[in-house]
This record gives sequence, structure tokens and C-alpha cells, in this order.
Amino acid sequence: MKLYVFLHRLIYLNTNQNSCKPQIIEKVITKKNWKLKNFGLRSPVGFVYNQPSALVSRTDVASVTSWLAPIIWEGTFDATLIDFIYKQQNLTIATTVFALGKYTRFLKDFLESAEQHYFVGFRVHYYLFTDHPEEVPEVKMGENHRLIVRKVPSMNRWQDISMGRMEILEKLIKNELASEADYIFCLDVDAKFYGRWGVESLGRLVGVIHPWYFDAPRDKFTYERRPESQAYIPVEEGDYYFTGAAFGGSLEDVHHLTKTCREQMNIDIANSIEALWHEESHLNKYFLHNKPSKLLSPEYLWRDINAWAAQIKVVRFSHVAKNNAEVRPNA
Amino acid sequence: MVSCLVELQELTVLTKHFCRHNKTPLSPSCPLLPCMHIIIWSTDRLTVGPPMITDTKPKAGIMKVNFFLFFLALTGFSLIGHSVLRVTKDTKPNSEMMKFLQNANTLLLVVAFVSLTGLIFLGYSSTSLRYKEKRFCLKLSYKQPSVVGPDGKVVPVTPWLSPIVWEGTFDPLLIDSIYRQQNITIATTVFALGKYTQFLKDFLESAEQNYFVGFRVHYYLFTDQPEQVPEVKLGEERQLTVLKVPSSNRWQEITLRRMEKLEKLIESRLVNEADYVFSLDVDTKFYGRWGAESLGRLIGVIHPGYYQTAREQFPYERRPESQAFIPYAEGDYYYGGAVIGGLVKDVYEAAKTCREQLDIDAAKSIEAAWQEESHLNKYFLYNKPSKVLSPEYLWQDFKPHTNEVKIIRFSQVIKNYAAVRPNP
Repeated sequence: MKLYVFLHRLIYLNTNQNSCKPQIIEKVITKKNWKLKNFGLRSPVGFVYNQPSALVSRTDVASVTSWLAPIIWEGTFDATLIDFIYKQQNLTIATTVFALGKYTRFLKDFLESAEQHYFVGFRVHYYLFTDHPEEVPEVKMGENHRLIVRKVPSMNRWQDISMGRMEILEKLIKNELASEADYIFCLDVDAKFYGRWGVESLGRLVGVIHPWYFDAPRDKFTYERRPESQAYIPVEEGDYYFTGAAFGGSLEDVHHLTKTCREQMNIDIANSIEALWHEESHLNKYFLHNKPSKLLSPEYLWRDINAWAAQIKVVRFSHVAKNNAEVRPNA
Repeated sequence: MVSCLVELQELTVLTKHFCRHNKTPLSPSCPLLPCMHIIIWSTDRLTVGPPMITDTKPKAGIMKVNFFLFFLALTGFSLIGHSVLRVTKDTKPNSEMMKFLQNANTLLLVVAFVSLTGLIFLGYSSTSLRYKEKRFCLKLSYKQPSVVGPDGKVVPVTPWLSPIVWEGTFDPLLIDSIYRQQNITIATTVFALGKYTQFLKDFLESAEQNYFVGFRVHYYLFTDQPEQVPEVKLGEERQLTVLKVPSSNRWQEITLRRMEKLEKLIESRLVNEADYVFSLDVDTKFYGRWGAESLGRLIGVIHPGYYQTAREQFPYERRPESQAFIPYAEGDYYYGGAVIGGLVKDVYEAAKTCREQLDIDAAKSIEAAWQEESHLNKYFLYNKPSKVLSPEYLWQDFKPHTNEVKIIRFSQVIKNYAAVRPNP
């Protein structure tokens, strides 16, 4: 008899599972197995074609790249609709931030503004890497938001700190996050949120267009131009100049990105060469040959809250003014 | 979710109650609780729609309801009878009357059991009436997305950030180079029954010139007259498979049966043979490039006649009795039924759902305004395509050109309906 009831319980629950989910098909959860095991949108080395524009490619169209990845500007998406769709998916978004040496002073503003604007209403896990855990400020976290502090060794050169992030990220994703999070974003700490940063930014591989180069021609991009470096990009190639201060995507894709960048940087070290903009140069090389599936406009990493440009209607995340000489461990 | 929790609570209460009762051996109320349980469950499945939907409330067929009520009454009476008669259970049969009552008791138990089985059966067989509609139960109202902006510029991205593919939004060389590295196979299904075989030659020849040139393409051609299939020279790495299917007297039947055939083809063959699949109408022709820019997880094409129409005027199915019903306040675009595409897995889901909804409608003798196109629109409303093709990818020859559509890639040829359709 008990068994009878137990069986009924199972049948009842099973048949009453509500799957009322208007789905958005482009979602990617790493645990799913696709028949298509292809890895992003690979493009061959040395392939030359017209430079795409970040502003407008045709007078009556905008907001997609020439490989049909959306570029997110204010007005291109419907925030309510997107939130609604993604809320069904029970997502966890991991966010890594590095605050070594004197950079811990930026944490308070970063975290407090994030609690106001960053993925509000969704589950967010912050992974904070620092060499001074005692300097991490107390910031009240919203429901569903967690802060995890990890101690890392100090370094003498800010360039090393910046580049070392790739390896730490690679390890973090592989060892821990694979089963815990759906998406990950890696953000710079010397910045602050001023406006909404939400699920419109989610995608398989997401890059942010650098705020100083979104209207520059490709030969003016500050890519690494020495052929000896692994990050070398010839003058006639390049789509956009991406910033190293913010990037993200699904765990699998970001793992591949961080792994590749770390490997390339190690090869450069062995050859005693350091790319012009460190891991940002390697990131740009990666994005050239592994096209991002979504691009975020410079609204998502702006120069300074007081700076202005015609195309930027909303500033969402922006560097804060800082005295480089003062905060960096070395020149 | 809320109703799940309520049910869980109810369940736990019932079970606790039952466990308490079970302390007494051979408790007569033993069967009562699970019986109540089954009754509640089957009632729920058969009659009540989910509370959140205000517009779609399909009810069980009349016959089913009758059976259900009959079984319910039977269970009720036999349980009541059993409770009344249980006093006779443990007494010795020392009179005819007693013996009779005891037999009656057993009989009533058996009847109760049989009718419970009937209820369970009805509950289960009503699955198709209800479970799919639960998918469409969350209502959100938002402004209709536009295809052409107020300044005459075309919109390249939907509000849920799927690209809309127009000429000029993509670089064909770049896109081709990206996808060529992926070694993909694109299956393409086309249906040519009855006199529609006359369109095949143009369709296939123009496809060989324009459709996924340089990629591996496998055409699956469904026809009732394989001997009418013309000889068309196919490019390298392209092949054609002819599949014979039975004919029909009604063109509406032919078109809506496509979903079922697509579903079966994917199940039986495409899961192993292809990466992407497109299902295209045959009475059309290619005039321009149709390439890898159209690939994505789930692809819909905007119908050429409605890309500037307000959502209230879309020819959606507007009768609530149909599974394809969409209320006036909802709708993104009007998608054309002539083109469905995407990853094999996702197109399978779409075809399967549409076919199930079509079957439900058929069981109720209702046919949606535009047959499977109406059902497809319903599916796309709640399962948003990951990429939308502009009307360049589905035009109609008899329409004059417009400013926004700068190039026609695929267009329905002018045809004499009376001459080609088996019925008006």
C-alpha cells in the first residue's frame, strides 16, 4: 500500500511539471551536448576582407557585425522581454575581478555599483582575487549574490599582474566553475557601474569594443605589430579593437580563450617579447580568429563618466579616474 | 510553479494522513486515500486548464467527459458501498444474508478497482490535450517589434537580439569562410505532390546556382509521382533522394502533413546525416544568393506580405478553440510557412510540436486559418528564432518591388491555383 502511494506520488509530480518556458534558442548551457561540436566561428589566418564598421555598415542598418553577431547598443534590445526570457533559465553568472596591491581601494565602489546595476535579479557569484584579503570591504550583497575571496601571491609588475589573470581564470574555470556557473565575465576592478548591465550581454563569446577605438580605421588599432610575437596582427587585418578590461561568455568558450591566450603569452615569454598591450593584444588576436558571437558597444566599458560621444546614449560601466603612478607597483 | 508547490503540499498531507492511518493493521480506510488521489489527479487532467491562460482552454472531448463522469460515479458508489459493508468483513458467514453482503462487499471492491483503472487510463490518454499548452502559459505584453523603422531604415536585430538578415548586414566571403571550416551538411526537404512536380525543374536548377553554393547539400524530395522528377545536374557534393509518399485530395491536407513527414524524416535519417535542415516550398525559385548567413539554431523567415503590418492585422488563427490561437495583443512578426530551418534538433522540436497541435485541432475538426503556417507562427512566438531572415528570403513574384527589399533571393512563382491544386 505504501508503495502504491509512493508510486502515485511519483506519477503525479512527474506529470505536473510545468514547462512554460518561452525559450530563446540561442542560449547555451555548457552541459548540453550539441551534435555540432564546432567551437565558435573560426576564421582562417591571413584572410583579407573589408573592415567592418562599429557605427553603421549601411545607412539604413546597424547593430550587427558582418558575421551576424549583434552589437549591443541602447535601443537595440527590449530589456523587459530579454529579462523575462532569461529568468526562466535559472542561470548563474560568475564574475571575476582582480584587486592586487593598492587596487583594493576600487573594490567598494565596484561592488556597490554592481549591486545596483549588474545582472540585477539574477544569481551572481563574484570571485575576487587579491593579495590582501583583509582589505576587502564589507559590501551588502543582494539576495542571490555571493562574494568569494581568493588569495593570490603579490607581483612586482602591473603588467605581470594583468597577464597573470589569464592563467588564474583558466584554472578557476576548469577546476571549479564548470559545474557551478553558466556564464562568466571577467572585469577590471578600477571601474564602476553607472547603468544597466544585464542579460542582453550574455552569449557564447562576448567581447567589448574598446572605447577609444570604436571609430578608428583598422590600421590605427594598437594591435601588436611585431611578427615575432604570437599576438601579431598585420596592418590589413582586424575587425574591431577589443578591450581587455571586460570579456565573457559561456564557460567552455572562455576557457578556450584563456587557455589559448595563456599559451601564447608563455611562448612570447620564452622568446623574451612582451606584447604591446599585454593580454589585451593576445585577446584581440584570439577574437580575430575566433569571432565573438556577441559584441558589446563601448557603453559597456567607457572612458570616463564625464567624457562624451554622440553614439553613447548610456554609460553602463566606466573606468574611474586614477593616478597610474600612485596605484601601480611599478612604472 | 506555484501550483506544483500546492500539489506537493497536498500530497504530503495526504501521505502523512495515510501513514498515520496505516498504524492500524488492515485499516479499512487504506484504499481510500490513494483513490481520492487518483480521482483528484484525473479530474485535474481532464477538465481544468492551467490558471494562467485566459485564452486557450481546450476541454476534453465530450465522450471522454462522459466516460470520466461515469467512472467517477462508479468509484464513488462502490467506495461508499464498501465503507458501509465493511462491517461484515470479519464476521463469520452464518446466514445467507451475511454471505450475500460479504460477496457484495468484495464485488464493490472489484468495481472500485476497475473504475479507478478507467480513471487512470482517461487521465493518461488526455496527455495530448494539456501538456503542450502549458508551454504557452506565460503572458508578457510588449510593443510589437518593427521590421522597418520610422525613418525608413530596416532593423537588423530583433528585440531579443536575434539578427535579421538583410543584404548589407553581412559579409558573404567572411561568413562562407567561417562555415566552410565546419564541414557541415545541409539537408533540404521539398514536397512536390500531384501537379506540383512541374515546379521542380526550376526549383532545383536555380538552387544549384544560388543555394549554399560550395557546401554539402542533400535534397530530400517527397513526391507521389517519382517518375515525374526531372533530371537535373547536381554540383559536386550535392545529392538528391526521392521519397515516395501517398497523395491527397485536398491541398490543405498536403501542406499540413508536411510537418509530420519532416518530423519522421529527421527521426529516421537526418539525426545521423545532417547538421542543419531547411524545409522549403517547391512552387518557388531562387534568384539570388542563399548561403551560410542563413544558418543558425532556429530560423524563421518574415512573410513578404506582412512585414509592415500591425500585429492585430496578422492573419494569425484567432479562434480560441484552435491550438494555433494567438490573441490580438500578441505577436512579433508574421513568419512564412514556406521556410523553416535550423539545427536538426531544433527543427525537430518545432515540427513535432506543430504536428501535435495539428492533430489536436484535427480531432476537434478545426483547421487553422493558414494551416501549418498558423501553428508555426504560434511556435515561433513562444520559442523565438535565433535568427530571422528578411523578406528577401521569401518573396512573391506577383508583388512589386519595395524600397527595403533590395534583392530578391527566393520567390514564389506566379501560378494558376485552379490548375495545380487538387481541390479549390
